Amino acid sequence: MRSEPVVQVQALVKRYGAKTAVDGLDLVAQAGVTAVLGPNGAGKTTTVETCEGYRRPDSGTVRVLGLDPVRQSAALRPRIGVMLQSGGVYSGARADEMLRHVARLHAHPLDVDALIERLGLGSCGRTPYRRLSGGQQQRLAFAMAVVGRPELLFLDEPTAGLDPQARRTTWDLVRDLRADGVSVILTTHHMEEAEQLADDVAIIDAGRVIAQGSPEELCRGGAENTLRFTGRPGLDVGSLLKALPADCTAAELTPGAYRVVGKVDPQLLATVTSWCAQNGVMPDRISVERHTLEDVFLELTGKELRS
Amino acid sequence: MTLVTGTGAYTPKPGAAPLPRMIAAQAALETKMLLRNGEQLLLTVVIPTLLLVLFSSVDIVDTGAGRAVDFLTPGVLALAVMSTAFTGQAIATGFERRYGVLKRLAASPLPRWGLMTAKTVSVLVTEVLQIVLLTVIAFALGWSPQGNPFAVLLLLVLGTAAFSGLGLLMAGTLKAEATLAAANLVFLLLLVGGGVVVPLEKFPAGAQDVLGLLPISALSGGLRDVLQHGAGMPWGDLGILAVWAVAGLAAAGKFFRWE
Repeated sequence: MRSEPVVQVQALVKRYGAKTAVDGLDLVAQAGVTAVLGPNGAGKTTTVETCEGYRRPDSGTVRVLGLDPVRQSAALRPRIGVMLQSGGVYSGARADEMLRHVARLHAHPLDVDALIERLGLGSCGRTPYRRLSGGQQQRLAFAMAVVGRPELLFLDEPTAGLDPQARRTTWDLVRDLRADGVSVILTTHHMEEAEQLADDVAIIDAGRVIAQGSPEELCRGGAENTLRFTGRPGLDVGSLLKALPADCTAAELTPGAYRVVGKVDPQLLATVTSWCAQNGVMPDRISVERHTLEDVFLELTGKELRS
Repeated sequence: MTLVTGTGAYTPKPGAAPLPRMIAAQAALETKMLLRNGEQLLLTVVIPTLLLVLFSSVDIVDTGAGRAVDFLTPGVLALAVMSTAFTGQAIATGFERRYGVLKRLAASPLPRWGLMTAKTVSVLVTEVLQIVLLTVIAFALGWSPQGNPFAVLLLLVLGTAAFSGLGLLMAGTLKAEATLAAANLVFLLLLVGGGVVVPLEKFPAGAQDVLGLLPISALSGGLRDVLQHGAGMPWGDLGILAVWAVAGLAAAGKFFRWE
């Protein structure tokens, strides 16, 4: 069942002086977790900040929870939680003090102590914000976005600079939020983050969405995957090809090492193994190389994501 | 995708707190941040107190006829207002802008005007604390004030408005470091040239006319007319402060950039 989209962006254009940061971007995000993926400078933050009401579109329309983020800001702001990429806290404030303050701005905030414990912020103690570690600052910003019990969360690179354990803590909380019905828009240039968390991924490059779908769809769609197996040298590749779907290729790369390229799915794997069975071939090793979002991105843009 | 499978701990329940509660919370936090900041306390408490005590007890500056403390207290009260409403507010707000505090709060349920109201409340609370402290010290030094308390209150309020407008204009347009430097420099220059501890009569006649139009001179002069000389309403000084307040707040409203 699909409900109303949480975010609808149509033909968004945003320029800074001569530089076009967002260039006719279309994005529809449904309930759930949507990852906005792209290299630095692709327009991720500008897009998200337009949704948050910080920037006025030069042209195009933006609707968040059905509202105009600039003109209906007063109605929208209590319903969203915002995590900026950095900062947002008084340099002399303590973590718990700032979190309690943001909680006081909301009608039904979460229990602050429980949130502090959940995100491991208890160790911040009386340290002022400016002397917290980058990871602690990051987790505090996340807590501040969550504490007001929003319907929709905007997380701008929520795990940038976190150690693996803190990253996992953040991911777990995003999953719990999602399970409780909170929608999340997160920007990231970590493929793994998008693959782990997102129901839907929008890949942005040069101010446009160039592909959108679930991580599985994106990794399957169009992208070629590879199946490798080893057997005795000199097998009849032509007979294998006949057994395979028409758009597949097969070759013996080195004696005894075979490669099938095509749409790799359970059916293809079954076809290859049954061909092996019919021909009395025992594949010593059989491996499937599925495309990651990283490969998809490279194919779509010709660029490394973390450039 | 919309199926809720969690424990319900984070189930959305959004809503803004009532406005008065938001503004009170914001004002309390801002005041706490200010009182915790050592450099701010130096400006708002230590310097005015030292000037009052030092110049009242040691005859460094010729403060004219009458007792030094009666001349100095109105000037130091004016300085206290400037230190909080202008210098302190400009520096604090400049760094809040720089560190994304204003940006983050702009996405919270607290409206921008609510944030500005809270800042004003915080400035007023700080001023009350300063005035209580300085008044107690002045009385201990033998101060004997004259005049109409209502005129004093009006001067303080208009002075606060004038200095707030100028402070916010600076914080909202310059870089944080530039604000820090400029606000301190202006503080020092106005301390010397604004009739705070040095009577304006010590300056050449031409300079006096210009200096007299500064908000600090209007505030210190107006307070002195009332508190030292028992004047009624110092309309001239009130008028100067009103013009600065309107111009400063209007310019701040127009040019203030939140990021």
